[in-house]
Amino acid sequence: MVRRKANAVVLSERDNVAVALDDIEQNTLVRVRKGDQILEVRADEDIPFAHKFAITNVQKGHPIYKYGEIIGKATRAIRRGQHVHVHNVEGMRGKANSWKTGRRR
Amino acid sequence: MVCATETASRIAARVKGAVTLTHQHGCTQIGRDAEQTLRTLSGVARNPNVAATLVVGLGCETIGAEKILELIEREGRPAEMLNIQDEHGTLRTTKKGVSIAKRMVVKARKTKREPFPLRELIVGLECGGSDVTSGIAANPALGVASDAIVHDGGTTILSETTEFIGAEHILAERGSSPHVRKRIYEITYKMERRLKAAGVDFLGTQPTPGNIRGGLTTLEEKSLGCIYKAGTARVQEVLEYAEKPRKNGLVIMDTPGQDVESIAGMIAGGAQLIAFTTGQGTPVGCPIAPVIKITGNPRTYKMMKEHIDIDAGVIVEGKNTVANVGKEIFDEVIKVSSGKRTKSEKLGHREFAITRTGSTF
Repeated sequence: MVRRKANAVVLSERDNVAVALDDIEQNTLVRVRKGDQILEVRADEDIPFAHKFAITNVQKGHPIYKYGEIIGKATRAIRRGQHVHVHNVEGMRGKANSWKTGRRR
Repeated sequence: MVCATETASRIAARVKGAVTLTHQHGCTQIGRDAEQTLRTLSGVARNPNVAATLVVGLGCETIGAEKILELIEREGRPAEMLNIQDEHGTLRTTKKGVSIAKRMVVKARKTKREPFPLRELIVGLECGGSDVTSGIAANPALGVASDAIVHDGGTTILSETTEFIGAEHILAERGSSPHVRKRIYEITYKMERRLKAAGVDFLGTQPTPGNIRGGLTTLEEKSLGCIYKAGTARVQEVLEYAEKPRKNGLVIMDTPGQDVESIAGMIAGGAQLIAFTTGQGTPVGCPIAPVIKITGNPRTYKMMKEHIDIDAGVIVEGKNTVANVGKEIFDEVIKVSSGKRTKSEKLGHREFAITRTGSTF
């Protein structure tokens, strides 16, 4: 068991987002569990339970990593601590990327 | 087969230690659909958890008792059959069936427990009644356990093809060969095509507004959250519904997203145990294999404790890690394989349903 309670978790080493384990208020210093460590990231805005926020700065057009994989790309620059969701991320699958899926057309 | 269901139920009800598969199929099915039902029924009977089988048929159905009996006996497993028409009615069939089943149970009780290596274990992975905690707590924890089972030589089955849509390219990259990669795309594309043919615009409506409110941003993310219950191991094989794996390690079975149907497919393929994550809670069990229920939602654990075996809600509460809960699941798999009864077993849940690929005629 662990001593300090974390209120966010990073699911994989490669991820650039953490998932909130609670409703987090803007300006809170969030305790983020990453493997065996706890990182501290200040929430730039309100982050609802189970939503994501950036743990590093992400440039526009760059991938968002969760579960160690690319879940989409940033549609604008995202700062560490900002909410990561449909307003600044776009999925790539489901946009007729048939070459990526290897589907015959 | 469906016409004999009532009789089979009555026999099982009178014999302690006997279970029955209640289903609606076996007649006026054709082609691949009929083959799949036959493969599922005979596969379930051949599951290592089954000591012996009594096949009860009517006598005139498409998928006759003799066909199932033949497939079971081919593997050297004990089986007998009765046809209601040959026995001249259900009362005589029931009487005879009870006597046969009692004999089978007495023999089965003499079986002695002995140790076996993990490489002989097949665990079916399942998720149902998912919510926002599934992708962040229960599924990642199950993924850790799945990796541990595979690392020690065992086999785990990932199913529910509908849930791959969106992350099939990521899953395919983990294929152990070009053929496996191709098969992953094939089964996912086939499922998408079926959805389209049914008039469903899947890609255009996922994630749903509910998902988005809950925190899921893209289809890839939603799909990955499901796939994560299979950990990070390479995919060794892609199986048809109810097909037995030929390889050890992580394998994929092409099943629909419907929980009870996908469990039936996996146990027909030989899974001796099911590990099932649920966010909102579900009581589903299985007549042939123990089902270990895991939830990542602390509220669900509290409210539905009589159905849940593992509390992964501690991850969400920040009290424990994905790695530790994963180890707890792995330990539970060993305990249940060694005889510990799960909550769904204690409550007597025996849900069963076969996936159909065609209509009845």
